[in-house]
Amino acid sequence: MIGKGRLFVLQILVAVVAIAIWQMVTTTGWFGNPKTMQFFFSTPVEVFARTVKVFVDGSIWRHLGITLTETILAFAVGAGAGIVIGFWFARQPLIAAIFDPYVKMINALPRVVLAPIFALWFGLGIWSKVALGFTLVFFVVFFNVYQGVKEVNPVILANARMLGMNERQLLRHVYWPAALSWVFSSLHTSVGFALVGAVVGEYLGSSAGLGYLIQQAEGVFDVAGVFSGMLILAIFVVLIDSLVSLIEKRLLKWRPTHDIDTKA
Amino acid sequence: MSASVAVRLDGVSISYALSGGGRYDAVAPCDVAVADGAFVSIVGPTGCGKSTLLNVAAGLAAPTTGTATIYGEPLTGINGRAGYLFQQDALMPWKSARDNVAIGLEVQGIDRAEALTRAQAMLVRVGLKAFGERFPHQLSGGQRKRVALAQVLVRAPKILLMDEPFGPLDAQTRLIMGELLSQLWQADRKAVMFVTHDLDEAIGLSDRVLIMSAGPHSRIIGDFAIDIERPRDLGEIRNDPRFHRLHKEIWDVLRDEVRKTYGPEAAE
Repeated sequence: MIGKGRLFVLQILVAVVAIAIWQMVTTTGWFGNPKTMQFFFSTPVEVFARTVKVFVDGSIWRHLGITLTETILAFAVGAGAGIVIGFWFARQPLIAAIFDPYVKMINALPRVVLAPIFALWFGLGIWSKVALGFTLVFFVVFFNVYQGVKEVNPVILANARMLGMNERQLLRHVYWPAALSWVFSSLHTSVGFALVGAVVGEYLGSSAGLGYLIQQAEGVFDVAGVFSGMLILAIFVVLIDSLVSLIEKRLLKWRPTHDIDTKA
Repeated sequence: MSASVAVRLDGVSISYALSGGGRYDAVAPCDVAVADGAFVSIVGPTGCGKSTLLNVAAGLAAPTTGTATIYGEPLTGINGRAGYLFQQDALMPWKSARDNVAIGLEVQGIDRAEALTRAQAMLVRVGLKAFGERFPHQLSGGQRKRVALAQVLVRAPKILLMDEPFGPLDAQTRLIMGELLSQLWQADRKAVMFVTHDLDEAIGLSDRVLIMSAGPHSRIIGDFAIDIERPRDLGEIRNDPRFHRLHKEIWDVLRDEVRKTYGPEAAE
């Protein structure tokens, strides 16, 4: 393994090389007319300048705030519903069996086709985006909780029973933590999906948010605007993802950090 | 009189429905009685159903026929007077060692501070004074077994049920755990049903050793009183001539059963 510092330098190097190539392609004329190239790819300097500008003049904050709100709402509602229904299905095999084909059908549906329907039902404000994010987050959390509760180690369960736990105590001390650990292990995926739902929803019809900004820029062939929007989105995603990692680390401190699996 | 018998199994048999139809008769009707304060081991070849018998006494499995009686009362549901030490890891991985021990008290309605104090005291007794904050994955196999033992003992059960509890441990750790168990039991005599396939361990720890025959239709085929006085030194007991005599007597009965499990008849 290489050191952390060297790894970071190498990671930065990748970005530097990529940006350098981009700059060369769009300004030197070696690959074609710079004017044409800039129309298609803009330039790194331009994209960077545009990104700085929206932060400096403050116009971006409102959009970021809206996208963030939608993401958080979609995640909270989706995860909440996923946990409750996942628990319910896992504890009631009959209910699970009855709904099984429908769950599969709805989950197989590409969510993008739902976006216009949601826009119709919930309007062009944040709720249609929350609904879209919800349909993505719900299934990730639902399947994880369902699996988590179903696959609680039977020995731990038998032991808990022998320790005198009643059904309610089993739920609280065994099923709940077991299911929660599955939810947290899928946290990156589900938070990512909440964001995808929000941005795609905005892209398909809205008046604010990062998806809206990108869509607007595309509408007028403003490539610098599109790339700038993507850059902001990428930074936003990385920030949220590292926040999730932080939360995960705190909440799952009982887990082995490396997979040194113990046989006994 | 029946009240002095901690666990009584009368005509307990266990059979399973097979997925391909038909039934598998694991255990033929058995009578077992464990006196209050007695340490009884059940030894038998693998797959003879000795663990299943233990699960019946625990109330985790229902017998196909027969009844389980605990201190004179018929057992329905979980046996609340018994503590069960499992072969596999049964600690809750999301709770620290101390919380794992305390939870058995907390669910009885004892307040948390009191439960934690008693849990810590019990961890000290099993030699884990400084390990209360650790999570199970941060402990060795032997240490996890100690936590599990503390978890069971802190509830002060009248009966201890143990299913090859030291099976997964290495030989030295087994010996040390055996000594710890022996010493704790010496201080507070509970009725013990101890399932093992290790004859040395069974003789070293027990007052009585029961032998089960190979399955299917397992039954009790031997009942030996171990008349070696206590306290015993588990490391030294192997040199005792009485140990040799008992070992030979029991092994003469057990050997044929172990062979049956692996021999050509096993295919039947």
